[in-house]
Amino acid sequence: MIEAVGLTKRYGAKTAVYDLSFRVRPGVVTGFLGPNGSGKSTTMRMILGLDQPSAGHVTIGGHPFRQLPNAPRQVGALLDAKAVHGGRSARSHLLSLAQLAGIPAQRVDEVLGVVGLQDVAKRRSKGFSLGMGQRLGIAAALLGDPQVLLFDEPVNGLDPEGILWVRNLMKKLAAEGRTVFVSSHLMSEMALTADHLIVIGRGQLLADMSVKDFISANSADFARVRTPGTEPAQREKLTTVLTEAGGQVLSEPDGALRVTGLPLPRISDLAHDADVRLWELSPHQASLEEAYMRLTQGAVDYRSTDDRLAHLQPPLQPGQPGYGVPQQPSVQDVPQQGWYAPPPPGQNPYATAPQAPGHAPAPAPAPGPYAPQAAPRPSDTPKDAR
Amino acid sequence: MTAPAHPQHAPAPHAYVSPIPVRRAHLGDALASEWTKIRSVRSTMWTLGVMILLMVVIGLGVAAIAASSEVSMDEETALGFGFFGMLPASICVITLGVLTIASEYGTGMIRTTLTACPSRARVLTAKAIVFFLLVFTVTTVVATLVALAQVALVDAAEPSADEWLRATVGTGAYLAALGLLSLAIGTIIRHSAGAITVMIGLLLLPLVAALFMFSVALKSVQEWLFTYAIPSQMIALYSAQPPFGEDGPAGWEPLLIMGGTAAVVLAGAYALLNSRDV
Repeated sequence: MIEAVGLTKRYGAKTAVYDLSFRVRPGVVTGFLGPNGSGKSTTMRMILGLDQPSAGHVTIGGHPFRQLPNAPRQVGALLDAKAVHGGRSARSHLLSLAQLAGIPAQRVDEVLGVVGLQDVAKRRSKGFSLGMGQRLGIAAALLGDPQVLLFDEPVNGLDPEGILWVRNLMKKLAAEGRTVFVSSHLMSEMALTADHLIVIGRGQLLADMSVKDFISANSADFARVRTPGTEPAQREKLTTVLTEAGGQVLSEPDGALRVTGLPLPRISDLAHDADVRLWELSPHQASLEEAYMRLTQGAVDYRSTDDRLAHLQPPLQPGQPGYGVPQQPSVQDVPQQGWYAPPPPGQNPYATAPQAPGHAPAPAPAPGPYAPQAAPRPSDTPKDAR
Repeated sequence: MTAPAHPQHAPAPHAYVSPIPVRRAHLGDALASEWTKIRSVRSTMWTLGVMILLMVVIGLGVAAIAASSEVSMDEETALGFGFFGMLPASICVITLGVLTIASEYGTGMIRTTLTACPSRARVLTAKAIVFFLLVFTVTTVVATLVALAQVALVDAAEPSADEWLRATVGTGAYLAALGLLSLAIGTIIRHSAGAITVMIGLLLLPLVAALFMFSVALKSVQEWLFTYAIPSQMIALYSAQPPFGEDGPAGWEPLLIMGGTAAVVLAGAYALLNSRDV
């Protein structure tokens, strides 16, 4: 059990982590997500007592890390795969760590076998590939057979086979009753590995919920409705009917309608009652990756220069193509601007953990559900549905 | 806590318990670990190898030149020649001392180390002990062998027991203490090249600066530098009387000065290591 309370870290004027409170439970894999520079590694270092929090505290099993009795037997960590002396062989590296922690030397050969490095154990780690380095780091984390495991970006540089291996290893470790805390900036990877998610952006908690809740809370479901293109009047009619019934309707560039807030059977019934024929009525779900990007869009520290230029350009007139997406000029009917501007504090419905368990907000219940919805690649939206 | 309490997030009924017997790690474990670390990198072998080579080649070379010289040594002993090997050896010791800790900072290994042992003082103590004993042993053995050869080669006064002790154990202890000072500076600066530069500067610059202090107004500073610069202290280690002027260190006193300096700086290193983020 890892418990952080009001964790804050300032480096001079820059606040890396601000008022972060969360709990990591044993028995499940907890994913720790956030864009680059969002404070994941800083938080990990504070958990391990390497950095002193500016405010707040974090405990493992009720003790701060540096006061833990037998810390290396209780906590194992992979912080940085390159955090080894390159001139030392893999085995010597692990042996020195085992000796430091009072772990029997034969355990070194065991973990080398677990991570599949037994054949290169005598080689200097300088020549290791990124993937081999990750395996060596994971071996060091497993050395003490600890109850709490922290992994910072464990799949970086691993091949698909290695990624699968890490995924299964995490699940196996959690199934044994351990606390497994894995950071990543890859939502897709976490969706497959983790049971619970803690999402931060700019050092602040954005979400703390199960993966299932996260998906339902953040992926915007919508229905695509297409009326016969030959009869624009039917389209107008249906829009009015659906809006009156409480749905939100937006026009897609090819004439289709994007409807939220109404279940598919209800849309069909309404259309039937209004005597409107439908050429298409299909369910769509934004991918988890997009949900995550939307959630963290306001909290991304490092953007490409193209984006920055977009910010510097004079404000666009309404009706003009959206920010810097000239290659898709026809999508303006579905508002795009939302994903550039972070929602004002307090207005992001996902900025805090849900207050009532199991009471996840229905897809897009609030007014203006599309404001933060549109993803950077709007044309991909339907196809990416998982 | 506001996180949803779904059944699948309830703590597992039995927290994981490792089958490996748990025992409290202590300083002995840290010493074993540091010994593994220091002997498993090539930089140790290189610096110590170069140091041994320099001490032997220069020691024997100087002795050979002195032996072939017509001039009598009078009351001098041949042990004083040890200084010429000790000076270059000290550069190797400085390098090794700094690298012992700064390489961990350079590679990031320090974070792995301090995760495996949250007691930072224990890590630094283990490093200091292992490094001191290694350098002390190697330099004492080499200095003794070189001193034996020098005394055998050169026709000079017979050294006393105290002189023998200072030229062997004293040399080893002085170099190891200088190494400890480097280790402490490396801990404080946390950067190999920076710390080595500082230490080389500390070793050589005072003498170089003193050489060019021609002004009478700076006379006292010049004298102080000539007396207390590290190479001067090394010469004083071989001499029963202060070699430069009336006062100043002689005999075992340079060792006390270096040991005291290293202890003070090491204490600062402990305090910084404990309080700083790594």
